[in-house]
Amino acid sequence: MTVDWTPALRYAVGGLFGLLIAASAVTALLRRLKPESDFQELTLRVKSWWIMVGVFAGALAGGPKMSIVFFAFLSFLALKEYLSLIPTRRADRRVLFWAYLAIPIQYYWVARGWYGMFIIFIPVYMFMWIPIRMVLVGETEGFLKAVGTIHWGLMMAVFALSHVSFLLVLPPERNPAAGGAGLVLTLVFLTQFNDVAQYIWGKSFGRHKVVPTVSPNKTWEGLIGGVLTTVALAALVGPWLTPLSRPQALLAGFLVGVGGFFGDVNLSSLKRDLGVKDSGTLIAGHGGVLDRVNSLTFTAMIFFHYVYYLHY
Amino acid sequence: MMRFWQTLFFVLVVRPLVLVVIGLNVRFRERLPTKGPAILAANHNSHLDTLVLMTLFPLRLLSKVRPVAAADYFCRGGGREAFARGVMNILPLDRKPRPGVDPLAGIDADLAQGDIVILFPEGTRGEPETFKEFRSGIAHIAKRHPEVPVTPVFLHGLGKALPRGEALLVPFFCDVFVGETLAWGGDREAYMTALEGRLRDLAAGASLPAWE
Repeated sequence: MTVDWTPALRYAVGGLFGLLIAASAVTALLRRLKPESDFQELTLRVKSWWIMVGVFAGALAGGPKMSIVFFAFLSFLALKEYLSLIPTRRADRRVLFWAYLAIPIQYYWVARGWYGMFIIFIPVYMFMWIPIRMVLVGETEGFLKAVGTIHWGLMMAVFALSHVSFLLVLPPERNPAAGGAGLVLTLVFLTQFNDVAQYIWGKSFGRHKVVPTVSPNKTWEGLIGGVLTTVALAALVGPWLTPLSRPQALLAGFLVGVGGFFGDVNLSSLKRDLGVKDSGTLIAGHGGVLDRVNSLTFTAMIFFHYVYYLHY
Repeated sequence: MMRFWQTLFFVLVVRPLVLVVIGLNVRFRERLPTKGPAILAANHNSHLDTLVLMTLFPLRLLSKVRPVAAADYFCRGGGREAFARGVMNILPLDRKPRPGVDPLAGIDADLAQGDIVILFPEGTRGEPETFKEFRSGIAHIAKRHPEVPVTPVFLHGLGKALPRGEALLVPFFCDVFVGETLAWGGDREAYMTALEGRLRDLAAGASLPAWE
């Protein structure tokens, strides 16, 4: 089974690879023009983008089921990274195992298209089951911290990310131009492009820090420039790949831009608290999986519920 | 025949388990020996340690990698021994030496064949994620084979994933930090201190979240 390749979807995926080719060309040009500067980091990042876009496009092309498995695996990597990063208790090994088990269950609701269970399973049932399992273990020292951190991780790595995949099982007839894949592509593209845009605007014009104690590299200039870029881009691709009208797409771009910023600094706060620079080492030049999906954890929920409210 | 089962087991079970379910963060991989004879000295917290160390080598070297394992634990017959010998290709070691028998003779012979020997100087898995005092067998081997490089490896996280006495594997990303080779300097005490120091230095470079 594969995705329904509508013309819009073909052009969108083609455009994505076009951007990658452009990024590689610019990197090669920079190395040629300024041989004295070090572009190793940039080269590495672009190379990793090729791999990430390749895997993502491959999963999307494989149809909804395959995409759902891909996002479930992404949740697994993100949760594993999170649980490996934070302090945990030996007594909670079985509780942590249950946290992992929540992933296939949550994505089962997604695959079934069972919205009711998808939306309450982690906030309601796992919210009760984690402490219940802990109480059965009986270790009270550090209970609050353990139960709080584990549930927070589930919300971020599993609940939030699964919103991306639920876009795939929304009724396709509401978005005849590109179906669920069009929505996922729009969300993920806007989120990742917003990250890059905020970074480039900040690097070029950044002067006034937004949250100096959390992330000294984040500036108002980067934030505003990035959000405006994302709004413009959303207005361009939104009406084409999603059921959103142009005015609606403008607001979607704004929500993704601001949400992405806060998703990003949310993880920065966590890393600063734990005294680590990157969440992991899985993606060369980018750090860990969480470092790459931090913005997506927020934008997925915001974008999903915005589109869901308006059109489904 | 052993080689067939071992390769099959590593390709189908161990590598997917170690690379996907667990996930490794290997630092200084280039310091690993690329041919035998060589000795890997690692801290020991979990049965997974041996599997992880063996996956660090390319498949063509796999049959030359020999983990030293306690004879009193692994060689009591039955399925465990068959697996330890037939698939893991262990090098049994008597932890309680008998008079007149050189307990390290097997390791000597193996190094002479040009194998890569994995040793856990702590002697046992011990308490999860803590160091136990090193036993001096490694120094005896280093003294007998001063030309064989000893590479210290610090492992972290596997004792969380599968500690002693637990059968349930809980996924965690694990750190594998490879140290610089340590040459025999002529003194046993000094060698042991230096080796422990190398592993502690490697551990200091890792961020180790609390685990109590």
